[in-house]
Amino acid sequence: MLDDFFARALVAGIGIAIAAAPLGCFVVWRRMAYFGDTMAHSALLGIALSLLLGAQPMLGVFAVAALVSAALLLLARRASLSTDALLGILSHSTLAAGLVMVALMTSVRIDLLSLLFGDILAVTRFDLAVIYGGGAIVLVGIGGLWRRLLADTVSTELAQAEGLRPEGTRLAFMLLMALVIAIAMKIVGILLITSLLIIPAATARRFAGGPERMAVLAACAGVVAVVAGLFGSLRWDTPSGPSIVVAALALFLASLLVPRPRSLA
Amino acid sequence: MPIPLVSQPSPGPSAHSLVKLSGVGIARSGRWLVRDVDLEVRRGEIVTLIGPNGSGKSTVAKAAIGVHAPDEGRVVRQAGMRIGYVPQRMAVDPTLPLTVERLLCLTDTLRPAEVHAALALVGIPQLARAQVHRLSGGEFQRALLARAIARRPDLLVLDEPLQGVDFTGEVALYELIVRIRDETGCGILLVSHDLHVVMAQTDTVVCLNGHVCCRGSPQSVSRSPEYLALFGPRAAQTLAIYSHHHDHTHLDDGRVRLADGTITDGEDHHHGHGHGHEHPHEHPHGGA
Repeated sequence: MLDDFFARALVAGIGIAIAAAPLGCFVVWRRMAYFGDTMAHSALLGIALSLLLGAQPMLGVFAVAALVSAALLLLARRASLSTDALLGILSHSTLAAGLVMVALMTSVRIDLLSLLFGDILAVTRFDLAVIYGGGAIVLVGIGGLWRRLLADTVSTELAQAEGLRPEGTRLAFMLLMALVIAIAMKIVGILLITSLLIIPAATARRFAGGPERMAVLAACAGVVAVVAGLFGSLRWDTPSGPSIVVAALALFLASLLVPRPRSLA
Repeated sequence: MPIPLVSQPSPGPSAHSLVKLSGVGIARSGRWLVRDVDLEVRRGEIVTLIGPNGSGKSTVAKAAIGVHAPDEGRVVRQAGMRIGYVPQRMAVDPTLPLTVERLLCLTDTLRPAEVHAALALVGIPQLARAQVHRLSGGEFQRALLARAIARRPDLLVLDEPLQGVDFTGEVALYELIVRIRDETGCGILLVSHDLHVVMAQTDTVVCLNGHVCCRGSPQSVSRSPEYLALFGPRAAQTLAIYSHHHDHTHLDDGRVRLADGTITDGEDHHHGHGHGHEHPHEHPHGGA
């Protein structure tokens, strides 16, 4: 079954949707959408660097995304600029630097469009192994962090007062984000990864009475969006990333028509 | 000792220090928020921290529980102590679905019976399954108090726990706080913005305005007919009056000069004061 490129893309996409869902919930709760975008945009720089060094692209993406998030944490602590402005600077400058580097590398031919918007033809068996291996690490990691990160999300001061160390938890969360971005890039594309984190979580919010339930519902919404988007991509020959995001948006809009459960209203 | 002590509470021989701040100062962006703060909370003791807005009450409370690290001085906490904390301001993002029950179990594993007992104690047992972001201000304060109590803390730190709670509720909550102290023997650090009326059971009142202005024990409201008429007999059991004995004043331009002559607004302002603290000195005082 995995001999078929489309089957591989489906399996990959489902794995990504499930791994992204719990992180996406935290991105929504902690209002980190722009932060996620910045990490994702730095992915192109990661690809360019790994081509230059002859390393695995996913490794380069992970490393650069992790570095960018660490740089943000450090800069936000001392700089006089707001986090918002810092994010704007890093987000676009890393994307631009990546684009310039890729353009300069005349020896390698890179399909820029598939990097930016995803490509269902691109998923190899090796990618599948990386996606499921990385996805498993993300799920185990977020499961281990869950309670501490949730406490920090509700109130940092409360978490600190009760003896938790929020900095370490946040750093671990950033690394998981970098990992999700690295494995999601092939299917969704650099420019649209954050939407796979946010839209399913936003869809799930209205139907969830608790944080765990919201994560599970977000995973379901993500899987539906990925499957529908990939079939659309195959049918109409559209890039996979935008197709998945359009499907996720359609699901979100449709969910608004469903009345909220009474207990949550 | 830089600060003249008006009166010291009698600690008793078995008194057990939970947290002790010695000469603590906390600075943010080159400006001292508080300086030279000495404060101790012992097991079974209620300490009330009062002072005008911006006087550094919350900062001191956060230093006591380890949220802020002191920039000078020392904070010694009893090892392995459990802290229950009700922060002054806290909002749960409405995108986060969270029931009151779940809020109580955020960092602790509690049995359902414990959750319900804590909620019943603060008077909101019916809200166990309510979504946190739909609670009123007073209900949310009570839920946070229930959360702090349910942890069975050694030290309970309540930063203005009475916000959004009406007057009758206020008296009831004060009674509850005393009951918690009596039943569990925990130490309580209470922050209040009310400069004159404090909880009657308070052992020590510490008045803060960038530094410790004065400290002492409160006098019962029942001794003052005016207050008695104002609050009624039931409240008189719960509330007390604190009379300040300041040996310094704060000037009108908003600056507060500390006991060692420095000024907390960050400007270096030299005065003809020595650094000895034997004599009373005039303070620039921001009309709060």
